[in-house]
Amino acid sequence: MDPSPAPPSLKLVLEAFLFSAQKALTVRELRDLLALAAQDETAPEAAAYKKTKDEDIEAALAELQSDHAAAGRSYRLLCVAGSWQFASTPEFAPWLRALLGRKARPPRLSQPGLETLTIVAYRQPVTRVEIEQIRGVSVDGVMQTLLERGLIEAVGRAEVVGRPVTYGTTPAFLEYFGIRSLEDLPAADELRRLPVQRPEALLTVDPGLATAPADAPSPGTPAEAESPKEAPANPTASEPPTVPPPES
Amino acid sequence: MGEYRVRFEVFEGPLDLLLYLIRKEEVDIYEVNLTRIATEFVEYLNLMRELDLDIAGEFVVMAATLMLIKSRELLPKDQRPETQNGEEEDLEDPRWELIRQLVEYKKFKDAAARLQEFEHRAENTFPRIPGRVELPEETPARRSEATIFDLLSAVNTVLQRFSKREGEARDVFEDRWSVSEKIELLLHTVRERSAVRFSELFQNATNRIEVVVTFLAILELVRLRMIVAAQSEAFADIQIQLAPPPADANATTAEATLPATAEDATEPAVPAPDPGTSTALPGVSNEVHPMPSEGAPPESPRWN
Repeated sequence: MDPSPAPPSLKLVLEAFLFSAQKALTVRELRDLLALAAQDETAPEAAAYKKTKDEDIEAALAELQSDHAAAGRSYRLLCVAGSWQFASTPEFAPWLRALLGRKARPPRLSQPGLETLTIVAYRQPVTRVEIEQIRGVSVDGVMQTLLERGLIEAVGRAEVVGRPVTYGTTPAFLEYFGIRSLEDLPAADELRRLPVQRPEALLTVDPGLATAPADAPSPGTPAEAESPKEAPANPTASEPPTVPPPES
Repeated sequence: MGEYRVRFEVFEGPLDLLLYLIRKEEVDIYEVNLTRIATEFVEYLNLMRELDLDIAGEFVVMAATLMLIKSRELLPKDQRPETQNGEEEDLEDPRWELIRQLVEYKKFKDAAARLQEFEHRAENTFPRIPGRVELPEETPARRSEATIFDLLSAVNTVLQRFSKREGEARDVFEDRWSVSEKIELLLHTVRERSAVRFSELFQNATNRIEVVVTFLAILELVRLRMIVAAQSEAFADIQIQLAPPPADANATTAEATLPATAEDATEPAVPAPDPGTSTALPGVSNEVHPMPSEGAPPESPRWN
């Protein structure tokens, strides 16, 4: 009783929680469970994690996750929309479908739906007009579908003329795609609101970019060599052959 | 507007068609020959018209932009509108604007493809959802019930506390407590708190007699199955709890009769613990100082 046995590592305690949980658990829920367990007088070792910090839980979960990944089992520890749970890896789907049936899921998104959703995800909060500017087409119908499926929602109004509604993604979006958080979107830094940089070549040389360098066989890059192959009705002969091909 | 998609869904929009044409050229977007692309673009529009496809307005706008770019390129350089001098004018260059748009659109298209991979992956990921573990409800009965020896050894501990104080001078106590009174008090406590620690029940006892009376009350209630003395493990603190429901049904009848027949009820209880007490306890020697305690209880049931 008195010499309480050394408790198992936090990582393994969390693993036990997640292994037996009926649903995915957030860090906060895990923390509360640790505190609750610590109240059990009959298990003094549980008191060890009475006041565990969220950061420590997160660190332990990350460690547990890489442990499981390294073990190469048929399942992994996943964090979807901030909640942790064990889940099978996709390559076992054929067998699991035999066991569990096909997952009850709404139909896959159409290409326009995916593209529009992607823009909302990376650029949120974003207005309908901004989306249309990127896609070059009207998005009314697609937006309606996405709203109905609960993947996006109105999140506010833009401080511009007309105060148009802005849209953002919902937690259901993260769940549908199995993403931990918006920070975990692939190449997020590249696609966020950064203006596309005008490349060097475009600043220094004017023609050549959108023009086939007619004659003037500048010592060609491969790309260069390719463009003049069959310039059809291309009256670019007037172009002065000054163009060094844009590098790379 | 939105309807064109139904009829012409190969290309989602003009940017899509442009990217397709550029991909066909196998060149980088930045190096593409927009003039040639413009021609091809218009050819596609004509084809669409021939096939009697509805052409969305966006396609026509794009065609116009491309034509503008193409016409500018047609002019000899010195006759072009002065756009290359200032930075601001640079921005107006329709080629740059179009390429910027294409690059951006392409990035999102690629990101959408990655998102689609996620979509498929999520489709094939099965979370572990264990069936609810049907743990038996934790009722007092499920815990190991404390044996009579456990109870005796527990009360012995309590009595030792008094033995030290009472050692030399034995006062004569007024019997302030009867077993039936204690029974009522006990039941009341247990109902209110649902579980009480054994030692707690003796906390306010002022003398050995009171301890004994309380203990007899416990034994009596245990015998009547109105309370349960449970122990989570050997030698752990004993918990006194209300008996589980099935016994409760009995209890209510017993309870009804109890106050009236308290004295009768105690009678049968006493013989049972009595022999146990006197024989089972170690170190019982009646008046000796170190452990004088245990001799007392069996001898002193002077309740009512």
